[in-house]
Formats: sequence, structure tokens, C-alpha cells
Amino acid sequence: MAKLNKNFIVYLLISIAFICISPYVFEDYGMRILNNIFIFIILAVSYNLINGITGQLSLEPNGFVAIGAYVTALALLSEDMKWELFQLEDPSPWVLGLNLDLIPALLLSGVVASAVAFVLAVPVFRVRGDYLAIVTLGFGFIIKVLAINSPEVTNGSIGLNEIPSVINVYWTGGIAIVTVILILNVVYSKYGRAMKAVRDDEDAASAIGIDTFKIKTLAFITSAFFEGIGGGLLAVLLTTISPDLFTFFLTFQLLIIIVLGGLGSMSGAIIGTVLVIGGSEWLRFLDSSMNIFGYVTDAHPGLRMVVFSLVLIIVMLFAREGIMGKKEFSDIFRKKK
Amino acid sequence: MDFITFIQQLINGISLGSMYALIAIGYTMVYGVLRLINFAHADIMMVAAFAAFFAIDSLEVSFVLATIIAILVSVVTGILTDRVAYKPLRHSPRISLLITAIGVSFFLENIVNVTFGGTPKSFNAPEFFDTIIELSGATLTPTVIIVPVVTVLLLSILLFILYRTKYGMAIRALAFDIKTVSLMGIDSNRIIMIVFIIGSALAAVGGIFWAISYPILTPYMGVMIGLKAFAAAVLGGIGSVSGAVLGGFILGFTEVAVVALYPELGAYKDAIAFVFLIIVLVLKPTGIMGINFEKSRF
Repeated sequence: MAKLNKNFIVYLLISIAFICISPYVFEDYGMRILNNIFIFIILAVSYNLINGITGQLSLEPNGFVAIGAYVTALALLSEDMKWELFQLEDPSPWVLGLNLDLIPALLLSGVVASAVAFVLAVPVFRVRGDYLAIVTLGFGFIIKVLAINSPEVTNGSIGLNEIPSVINVYWTGGIAIVTVILILNVVYSKYGRAMKAVRDDEDAASAIGIDTFKIKTLAFITSAFFEGIGGGLLAVLLTTISPDLFTFFLTFQLLIIIVLGGLGSMSGAIIGTVLVIGGSEWLRFLDSSMNIFGYVTDAHPGLRMVVFSLVLIIVMLFAREGIMGKKEFSDIFRKKK
Repeated sequence: MDFITFIQQLINGISLGSMYALIAIGYTMVYGVLRLINFAHADIMMVAAFAAFFAIDSLEVSFVLATIIAILVSVVTGILTDRVAYKPLRHSPRISLLITAIGVSFFLENIVNVTFGGTPKSFNAPEFFDTIIELSGATLTPTVIIVPVVTVLLLSILLFILYRTKYGMAIRALAFDIKTVSLMGIDSNRIIMIVFIIGSALAAVGGIFWAISYPILTPYMGVMIGLKAFAAAVLGGIGSVSGAVLGGFILGFTEVAVVALYPELGAYKDAIAFVFLIIVLVLKPTGIMGINFEKSRF
């Protein structure tokens, strides 16, 4: 444990206490948002590892979340359920044979996502430049095309439903805490320092003997692993998944979260998640019709997205550090002494 | 496949390739001078298509005037994008610029979505484009002939500007070394603006061609087209205009050929560009005619 100091234990205890009392404090709706926030913390913190810490713009989360969601869903559905669900084509034998408990299913999701990440990383990281962004953006679309066109595995555009809902806030919160601890350990390890070096100056990093290809691949695979797990949790939380669920909007939300919180700050990613997920619930009024001083406007579905994209552009132009910059909570308190 | 079908598919491929080429040029030129994947470029194309749609449907102007309006709207969008979103970030880390570009792209998509509504719009091109020409057995529409002809015309003008005028020389110099060029007393921001004007105007023409050929417009139509056009630019060699054109044609031909020869793979048509992209990155990252951009300039 790299960061097992007093501060860290205090935060850990506060979060555990919060998770334990939350079912007694919040209503149903609040709990659903809270579960959402915990899953997005997992996604945002792992996404931050490749974007913020390693400085490689990647647009992959929707693809890996989709992979994780499908793997977990297929592993949790019983054989009878699969026969019932698959209407377009008979499920392929290995889909039927895949039957796991929640924890192994989530781990398998992570492993599959990492394996795909590795396949993508090899061509992309061989070259300098921003190809990662475009390849991962394309990957998100390809996953959707594949999901729609392989009905024997994914049930095509109908998707999978009636996934057993076996999680509650203790699961999502607990996995979120474990993820944050594990990612922080990566960040404060020698690999994490190498990732930051690659971000700050790739030429210099490679000159002092860092294998930049290896470090970038490592960061990418690690973040894919946790995004796969997050996707699995999302599938169990929603109990219904379809190819249309994992659009670029998911990636865009995560991008705003980490930019707003501060690229490269894990505390920032957590704050950003709470602000963006909470805020997007709050901003729902924008999409419906409004009454401004007696003048009733039409409903504008999509206005929320306009606000989100403006927030992203404005933060990038005028407050590039975001809320936390590259700092963590503990850095701020340490300075005061 | 008989000879007539072959010719017909060949012409379809040229037409599709022309559209990819027109859009890919914008990507490659902006990448050349700014080293930026301009995610908003395909959405500028989409804005042009919607501007033409609006001009024809609501303003009820003629098709030619609608085309001019669409080009103007997209040029203004391009200049504004550069001035408002990219210019303040010229000297900041590349990742900031990329994230801003994604923000602009998402903004354009959603502002069009809010203004025009999410339902797909059908583009009413003049009937002239739908008349069917019988040419010794092959059935063609005027579109598949007009598109390549106009594209070749525009490309010749572009190549003339790039290689025979002072501004073209400045653009090429800027792509070579932006800092030194600025020291030589060339206003680099003005040249970058010209690059955005050229790119956006060509994208607008591409967008209108696209709207004529595939007359269903959605605010998110640009994403897939842009992805393919960018893959075409990388295939031809990013930074090289003739490479972008070559890449666009190769991609157009391959898509048409795959669908014609293996109809069962039709659903995976959109994945071809992606496969190309990966193969190029593995085998020859500089593309067919590319310049080596491996050394980071900033």
C-alpha cells in the first residue's frame, strides 16, 4: 500500500460509513443516482489513468464498457434464460457454457476488455501522435456494428434483458473504493511515475530509459480492465443492455468528468463524477419544456448535451487545470500543516 | 459479375471515393499545419448539409443558391471554430487541443439536433439528379458523373493554389516548420485561417454531394463519414493532399467492391476503413505518400 497514511485511512472510513448509512438516508431515486455515481467513479478514475496520468487522449470507454457489460450479462444469465432470450438465432455453444458468479464474471469482463485493449494498443502505440484517439473512437463504432451483427452471441439489436439484479450499493461502492485504491497504487508506483514522465515529455522519458511503448500499453490495459468491470456492474444495475446503450455520449460524459475535475487528479475525477452525474440529473429540466416568465418554450431534447459541450470547451479554454489541477486531496491538506 | 455491372460499380466507387477525398483533404491540411485531428471537421460537413437542406426546404431558394449558402455557412463555422476554440490553445499541450476539438464536434452535433430536431431529414435534391441515364446497358444517375467531375475540378484549383501561389507556398512552409515561418514575417494565424476556409469549403461540397447521394440527414451523420475520411487521409499519408485524395479513392473503391462481391459482408462495410487504419499503422505509419511526422514539433 503506497498511501497508507493517516489522511488516507480517514477518507476510507468516511466513504465506508457513507456507503453503510446511505440506504437509510436516500429514497429509491437517490439510490439509483448514487449507484450510478459509484460506477462512474470506477470508469472516471480508470479513464483518468490513460488520459490524465499518461497524457494519451483515448476515446475508448464506451467500447470497453460494452464489452464488460456483455460478458457479465452472458455469464450471469442462466442457460434456460439464454434459450428464452435469443430470438434471432440460437445462442452459440460457448455462450451457453458461460456461467459464472458475479465476482468471477466481473473479473472475466475486465480480462476480456484488457485483452482487446492489448490488441488495439500494439498498432496504435507503435507510432507517435494522436492515432489512439481516432482508433479508439472508431473502435466504439465497430463494437456496436459487431454487437448488432452477431446475434448468436449478443442477441443482435434486441440486446439482453432480465439480467439478474444481484448488486446493491454495497457492491458498487465497495468495488469503487477498491478500484480507487488499486489505481492510486499504480499511480504512486514506479510505473505511475513513468506514466507521468511520458505525459510531460515523451522524448525526455524515453531518453532516461523508459520504455514508452510498454508504459503506454500498461496504462491502457489497466484502464480497460477497470472499465470492463464498470461495464459489468452497469449491466447488472440496468438489467437490460442493447448495442444502442454504449454510444459515444458515455465517453463524452467521462471526458467532461475528468476535464472538469482536473486531468491527472484522482480526487478531481471523483469530484467531477459527482458534479456531472448529479448535474445531469439536475439539468433534466433543460430537455423538457420550460416556463420562463410566463413564456413557455418548446421541449428541446438534447439541450443538456449542448450545455455539456459548452462546459467542456469553456473549461478547456479558460480553466484548463479544472477543479483540482493535478493535485489530490492529500496534497492540499499537507501544504497547510 | 459481367462487364457492364463492373463498369457501373467502378463509377459508383469513383463517386464515393470523391466524397471521401473532399472531406479527407480538410483533415490532412489541418493536421499538416496544426498537428491536430480536427474532430469538428466532419460536423462542419454535416452543418453544410443541413444549411443546404434549410435553404431548399424553408427559404425555398434554388439548388445553386442553396449550395452557395451552405458553403458560406460552413466556411464561417470553420473560421469561428479556429478563432474561438483552437487559436487560444496554440501553445498548450496537444491533449487540450484535441479535447477542445471533441467538445466543438459534440457542440455542433447537438446544436443542430436541438435546432432541427432529432428525426432524420430527407434532402430534396432537384429531380435532375434522380433521372436515370441508360448507357449501353448500364444505368447511372447524373450524380455519379457530376460528383467526380466537380471533385477533379476543385482538386485542380486546390493544387494550383498550393503549388503556384504565394499563399500555397506559405501553407506548405507552415506545414514544414510553423515557428520559423512565423519568424520570417508570415502571419501564421492568417494562413491557418485560409487552411480552415479551404478545408471547410471542400467539406461543404462533400456534404452536399453526400446529401444528394444518401438523402437522409441526421445530426450525427458526420461521425462515421469523418472517421472514414480520416482513415482515408491516414492511408494516403496524413499531411499530404494528394495522399488524401488517393486514400479517399482507395477506400471508396474497396467499400463498393466488398459490397458488390461479398453481399453478406455488407453489414460490416463501415468497418473496412477501420481495418485499413490498423493495417497502415502496423505496416507503414506514414501512409502511402506521407511525410514523417514522428518527431513531435511542439
